[in-house]
Amino acid sequence: MIQIFDPKVDYNKDYGTPAHVSENLITLEIDGKSITVAEGTSVMRAAAEADINIPKLCATDNLEAFGSCRICAVEIEGRRGTPASCTTPAEAGMKVTTQNKRLGKLRRNIMELYISDHPLDCLTCPANGNCELQDVAGEVGLREVRYGFSGENHLQAEKDHSNPYFSFDPSKCIVCSRCVRACGEVQGTFALTIDGRGFDSKVSPGQNQDFLDSECVSCGACVQACPTSTLMEKSVIEVGQPEHSVVTTCAYCGVGCQFKAEMKGAEVIRMVPYKGGQANHGHSCVKGRFAFGYATHEDRITKPMIRDSIDEPWQEVSWDEALNFAATKLRGIQEKYGRDSIGGITSSRCTNEETYLVQKLIRAAFGNNNTDTCARVCHSPTGYGLKATLGESAGTQTFDSVMHADAIMVIGANPTDAHPVFGSLLKKRLRQGAKLIVADPRRIDLVKTPHVETHHHLTLRPGSNVAFVNAMAHVIMSEGLEDHDFIAKRCQTEAFNAWRHFITEERHSPENTEAITGIPAAELRSAARIYANAKNAAIYYGLGVTEHSQGSSMVMGIANLALATGNIGREGVGVNPLRGQNNVQGSCDMGSFPHELPGYQHVSDDAVRARFEAVWGVKLDNEPGLRIPNMFDAAMDGTYKGMYCQGEDIAQSDPNTNHVHAAMRALECLIVQDIFLNETAKFAHVFLPGSSFLEKDGTFTNAERRINRVRKVMPPLAGKQDWEVTQALSNALGYPMNYNHPSEIMDEIALLTPTFSNVSYEKLEEMGSLQWPCNDDTPNGTPIMHLDSFPIGKGHFSITEYVATEERSTRKYPLLLTTGRTLSQYNVGAQTRRTENQVWHDDDVLELHPQDAEDRGIKDNDWVGITSRSGETVMLAKVSDRMQPGVVYTTFHHPHSGANVVTTDNSDWATNCPEYKVTAIQVIKVNEPSEWQQRYHEFHQEQIGHLHSARGDKRSEPVAGK
Amino acid sequence: MSTAVTRLFIPRDTTALAMGADRLAREIAAEADKRGETVEIIRNGSRGMFWLEPLIEVETPAGRIAYGPVDSQAIDSLFDQGLLQGETSHPLCQGLTEAIPYLQKQQRLTFARAGITDPVSLDDYQQLDGFNGLKKALQMDGQAIVDEVKASGLRGRGGAAFPTGIKWQTVLDAVSPKQQKYIVCNADEGDSGTFADRMVMEADPYMLIEGMTIAGLAVGADQGYIYLRSEYPVAHQILNEAIDKAEAAGFLGDNILDSGKAFHLEVRLGAKAYICGEETSLLESLEGKRGMVRAKPPLPAIVGLFGQPTIVNNVLSLAAVPYILSKGGQAYADYGMGRSLGTLPFQLAGNIKRGGLIELAFGVTLRELLEEYGGGTFTGRPMRAVQVGGPLCAYLPESQWDTPMDYESFQAVGAALGHGGIVVFDDTVDMSAQARFSMEFCVAESCGKCTPCRIGSTRGVEVIDRIRNDEDREANMELLEDLCETMIYGSLCAMGGMTPFPVQSAVKHFPEDFNQPAQTNGAQS
Repeated sequence: MIQIFDPKVDYNKDYGTPAHVSENLITLEIDGKSITVAEGTSVMRAAAEADINIPKLCATDNLEAFGSCRICAVEIEGRRGTPASCTTPAEAGMKVTTQNKRLGKLRRNIMELYISDHPLDCLTCPANGNCELQDVAGEVGLREVRYGFSGENHLQAEKDHSNPYFSFDPSKCIVCSRCVRACGEVQGTFALTIDGRGFDSKVSPGQNQDFLDSECVSCGACVQACPTSTLMEKSVIEVGQPEHSVVTTCAYCGVGCQFKAEMKGAEVIRMVPYKGGQANHGHSCVKGRFAFGYATHEDRITKPMIRDSIDEPWQEVSWDEALNFAATKLRGIQEKYGRDSIGGITSSRCTNEETYLVQKLIRAAFGNNNTDTCARVCHSPTGYGLKATLGESAGTQTFDSVMHADAIMVIGANPTDAHPVFGSLLKKRLRQGAKLIVADPRRIDLVKTPHVETHHHLTLRPGSNVAFVNAMAHVIMSEGLEDHDFIAKRCQTEAFNAWRHFITEERHSPENTEAITGIPAAELRSAARIYANAKNAAIYYGLGVTEHSQGSSMVMGIANLALATGNIGREGVGVNPLRGQNNVQGSCDMGSFPHELPGYQHVSDDAVRARFEAVWGVKLDNEPGLRIPNMFDAAMDGTYKGMYCQGEDIAQSDPNTNHVHAAMRALECLIVQDIFLNETAKFAHVFLPGSSFLEKDGTFTNAERRINRVRKVMPPLAGKQDWEVTQALSNALGYPMNYNHPSEIMDEIALLTPTFSNVSYEKLEEMGSLQWPCNDDTPNGTPIMHLDSFPIGKGHFSITEYVATEERSTRKYPLLLTTGRTLSQYNVGAQTRRTENQVWHDDDVLELHPQDAEDRGIKDNDWVGITSRSGETVMLAKVSDRMQPGVVYTTFHHPHSGANVVTTDNSDWATNCPEYKVTAIQVIKVNEPSEWQQRYHEFHQEQIGHLHSARGDKRSEPVAGK
Repeated sequence: MSTAVTRLFIPRDTTALAMGADRLAREIAAEADKRGETVEIIRNGSRGMFWLEPLIEVETPAGRIAYGPVDSQAIDSLFDQGLLQGETSHPLCQGLTEAIPYLQKQQRLTFARAGITDPVSLDDYQQLDGFNGLKKALQMDGQAIVDEVKASGLRGRGGAAFPTGIKWQTVLDAVSPKQQKYIVCNADEGDSGTFADRMVMEADPYMLIEGMTIAGLAVGADQGYIYLRSEYPVAHQILNEAIDKAEAAGFLGDNILDSGKAFHLEVRLGAKAYICGEETSLLESLEGKRGMVRAKPPLPAIVGLFGQPTIVNNVLSLAAVPYILSKGGQAYADYGMGRSLGTLPFQLAGNIKRGGLIELAFGVTLRELLEEYGGGTFTGRPMRAVQVGGPLCAYLPESQWDTPMDYESFQAVGAALGHGGIVVFDDTVDMSAQARFSMEFCVAESCGKCTPCRIGSTRGVEVIDRIRNDEDREANMELLEDLCETMIYGSLCAMGGMTPFPVQSAVKHFPEDFNQPAQTNGAQS
């Protein structure tokens, strides 16, 4: 079933129970009105669809009917009693009465019971004006509480303010269990329960813990589900109910959740996940839901700044002055060092339109193809590998597709931390019985989560991915588990035959690769059979696949598996890269790479260039430009001197920090456009203040190729949206750009990009979102790719020879370091470190196996020195049995922790995506920060001093340099 | 000194144990030893005549002679007066057990073996018709078994009286993608004054095992669970022993009696929650969750344990099945009246002289049970109120005692038979206190899911307290009636939905107890 946008659904209305999908329609009569609904629809929802609104308290349409409040009682002809309309399925011919004297009395009497145990402080209650209990009391006409208020009650129940974002006031609780159910059904964490029974029933996080100490992941689903003020955002408690709202798209991970930014004037009061969001369906995680305070953090830089040297203080200047300063510098460099001596980096955090504009600026105004983006360091192998095998550089499915998968293989991804909203959907499917295979060196949360059983956790050695995926394919092919029909009809025969010959060689057998991968052969065989034998099998993968010296090979190996088993081209299957950032997909789509114009059109293609040249009015270079690592190398060589870097913090995020910093210092002009003085900006000569996602219009494209609208909810703090800054810089450089609104930029994208030709803001408004390809063939977009054919005609099996990385454990560096993300923080942490999310993760730590810790005399919270051939840093140790012996793990959210000082400049053979996931290191106990950290601290202090001079203030040190 | 082995029967049932049966068995063995007598003491189940417990039986050529209630002091004199020969002169001698009128007049179908056999002896069981039903069922297809149960007219003995055959048909017809169905036996016998389930499990566990196996064969379920209340440790031990033996002997397992058909059985203990006797809470609890009521639909027959089609039947319903299969549905349906067919094991308790289990066809009047079997109150005072069917059912005043004990007749007077428990009160009872107790019971046992039950029960206690304290009596009586209606029509399950029945019956039939301050309340003469 392919879900399509149904304009009949009002996403701002609560229909009480979830929608049911059925081909069978039934007709019933409610209050004399004939109503036709899908079979399985509750009486409550059937009524709501006909705008007959039955009062309710425990029912809400993102949770299964529960039947506890009893307010929604109705009468049904021929049935005894007063059944709850939420739990009663509509049946053909049913005659339902929703309002009469008897029902009115029953509801009023039930409400009277509720209110006999509820504070009567409506006027001073934070939910005042937005309280379902209050609303229903009004609807049922409650006028008195005959029980009085002297009876047993919970009015003195103690409040829990432990969570930084919301408070729990049990005195207001009506025990509807909506929070408990949301935590289980929607989020899948099961942190909440009802403790006690009968009148003593109360909501309890964990085992009578407070929220912060419980397993709660602060996704906010409980807060959203609460019909009273029991669970309430602290911001609302503080300032009151919002007065208007704007639907926009989250700027954190690649899930692309939509939120209602609920506002008071230009201030965001809270972000409430939007039910109409087609990627999140009203769910959220702690980042998108709560961690938006960075947008108005005092560290925001709102005035353009310039300086001649990074050893000088900053100078606040006007926009014009800054832009002219930048333009003059860039042109000067070009005059001195040649046209190719400058370049730029587009941002995967900015909008499609902004990214498009930056690469256009580089190609058209700089006159070269020195454009790259942070996808270089995350999913560039995905683009390469999927294009080579399936013909399109993108994931094949919708997120919802997972609900049709019977076997799910998660490789090198940690969805519950890094893509939490998709992680919740995945867990939901797993709770319904889909089988799970996890391939990860580390025991991620998904391996052991409530009511989810992992069939196989394949704890492969870092760096052995391709050996693993080949062994999987070997089992499938040697045991005859392949899908002959699919291969015959949909795949290139020659490539398949060559691949079959290759993969069935005995050296790829699990028995022969066990020594490389560390995966017991029998277990791998069993996993391969589960994947191959499932009706629908889907693969989800992340940076654990791409960030390797064989990242592209691994992506192709994954595509091979899907092709061999026919798991492409329908719901429930597919190859699904989980994108790290909000707009990684979009930044790739928008032509950020040095060799590709928007829509993955190669710069060497004369016809393609001709179309762009006609619209852009300039001659374009037909040679691919520099990739990010090449830019660093060229800077060191003295041939690359100027760079425009929008919304990316390469100085923190890219590997081998020492090398990156040296390259930065070698630049004569570094222009950084960001919302904070990030690590890269410390090396910059021009700082152009950026705007957060709340301050701009545009679109983001999520991991499922879904183009979502980003809407401006507040004015840009520095006066310009990022696209306006790029446009102004372009104009300063003498290449005119005159867009009045991002929609005009999208029109240009649609004109030049065949996969986007039917995309427009108008259509986005109408459809809610669009999944590309969206053109005359698929005017409403393409939820599932490759239904009948591939863009390259037939699927192409690729030979994926395993080549061991040079980065291997030695006597000097016996441990393998791998890095990743944690739930509460986001990448370089520039945003999340400036929020209360710090409560959960205020420092990067090194996780290591108890055995490795014991061998080195390391205990929890010891300082440990981490040394690789690239550098050395110091972190706190965390002894953890999530790790396998010989493998250690850390995150890179805090600049001073220097995770990337240690990582090397090894990279993927095809795309130069860095090998973040494998670094050979040694760990020893130490007493003081590393030399690099001491140098970093000094440099940081110096740069902050330069910033303070510009502002003429002495305010507290920005978070970045903690 | 005699060399012949005398067989003595001393029950191992919980009631007998509570009355000292274990100690008695040891003392009798010691006494026999001392006297050089060879005795074999068989620990049988109870006959269900609790006022005679511990009831010792001696096997004689004429049949088993009963002595009871026996205590330590009586041992000497019993031996002296020819206990081992079955002499009848001792004052505790009750004569031939089978001839005791209390037992003789009963129509024991389900309890035919109770107290006669060693509960865990497979030989005993088989000698008395045991497994005949199963053997027949193994020769039948599922539909034929279900038809037989339908023909018996058996209705759910847990209290709801839903036709068992129709429930089985629903499960038989249910299509489950996972191809898994379950048989769940509700042995969470928590109603006050009931003990028939326990007696089945402690006296004749193979009957329950057989009944569940037949149910499994009928609907295509290969796994059964007995959800047993943890307050029944003796039943737990006996059931587990019986299941082990039945499995070892091929009556359970992967290949029942070489038929190629499978049925596995496991006992699961509850956690002392009355609400888990409600079938959907029971299923939640069996799944390892909090015992919270599920909304119906979907019915457990379609979406039951772990989401699979499930028969949830009371112990007595399943225990009736071996007889029905062995003798035919019609043989069972020949008992009873109207739409209440077969027998019901009534359980007499409370303030009663001769408490115990009385299995009779439907149709006997309450008065017959109270007077002819019960012999009046234990205190000797006049009876005033009788609660039939457990703590959620009505109190009956004397004017209703001639009502025939069948589902429809009881329903007609606003009462219910429930699980067949009968609790008797004498004339010192304060019915407003009993009404309060009903609400209080609900306060203690409500799962807390639905509002009318969760908050209503607490408010119910408070309102009745105000009435008993003579505070604004008229308004509070009206409020109490409103609350009762709210709970009846608003509650999710029978816990909250039936709690008002005893309250309303107390108000209706014993209004005088609500009309004056509590301290001078009731007919305290």
